[in-house]
Amino acid sequence: MYFDSLHALLQMEGHGPYVWSAYGITFVTLMALIVAPLRRKQRQLRELRGQYRREGN
Amino acid sequence: MWAWFHKWSSPRWFFQLSGRLLPWLAVLTALCLVTGVLWGLLFVPPDYKQGNSFRIIYIHVPAAAVAMAGYMMMAVAGAISLIWRIKLADMVMKCSAPIGAALTFLALVTGAIWGKPTWGTWWVWDARITSVLVLFFLYIGIIALYESFENKEAAGRACAILALVGAVNIPIIYWSVEWWYSLHQPASISFTGESSIHPSMLRPLLLTISGFYTFFGLVLLMFVRNEILERERNTRWVRELVTGATR
Repeated sequence: MYFDSLHALLQMEGHGPYVWSAYGITFVTLMALIVAPLRRKQRQLRELRGQYRREGN
Repeated sequence: MWAWFHKWSSPRWFFQLSGRLLPWLAVLTALCLVTGVLWGLLFVPPDYKQGNSFRIIYIHVPAAAVAMAGYMMMAVAGAISLIWRIKLADMVMKCSAPIGAALTFLALVTGAIWGKPTWGTWWVWDARITSVLVLFFLYIGIIALYESFENKEAAGRACAILALVGAVNIPIIYWSVEWWYSLHQPASISFTGESSIHPSMLRPLLLTISGFYTFFGLVLLMFVRNEILERERNTRWVRELVTGATR
């Protein structure tokens, strides 16, 4: 490990805020790309079940 | 060969195959990204000129690379759907746009954050950065164009043409740092000669680049599968899948 302490890791000799905010934004964006289709799928399955039930299978 | 191509382009076949592929792709993506990011953040020594801010490279370069590769794939899918009228290609094209837009957004934002401590500014109207901004607008334009049509078949054709015309931007982005005087540094990885990046910094970068590629594939499959369910909702196999197997 390059950094001596957690403090040094967070600080990164002054570059910490830049590095961590870049990684934070990336993490949130990538998670959103995973969660959005999962939620859409749940919604779709619910709607389709309703539609098929109305049509009587 | 042709029969294989035809089978692959069948939405039902694609849905089944991609369902089996998804868990493996998810594991591979997680492995590449987690190891690559931890390695790049914790173990690689800082750059002798840029210090620790260079660690942003492990997300900035993969996001930009996959945003461009994703655009090429989207344009090719658009061409296939224009020429052969393959439904699956149209779905792939439509679903690539939001993913590509998100990755281009990441490339721009992480680049701006990296630029501040390195160049002393968040933004410059430089050839590389401006052409990537154009890429972002192209992705957004394709999403908006698709939504603006009532007739989805016409929407698909219009978007395919826009995607193909916009593809001219990709080589411009790629070579912009060589054609124009630019603040942006040129490519550090070379496939033909010696890379200008030290191997200790390069190895985690190759991991995160691979991880972003498989991430794109993973999310694209998820988007396309939803699109298939939506468009094939009145077919028997979707009906059986929804009422039977998934309960």
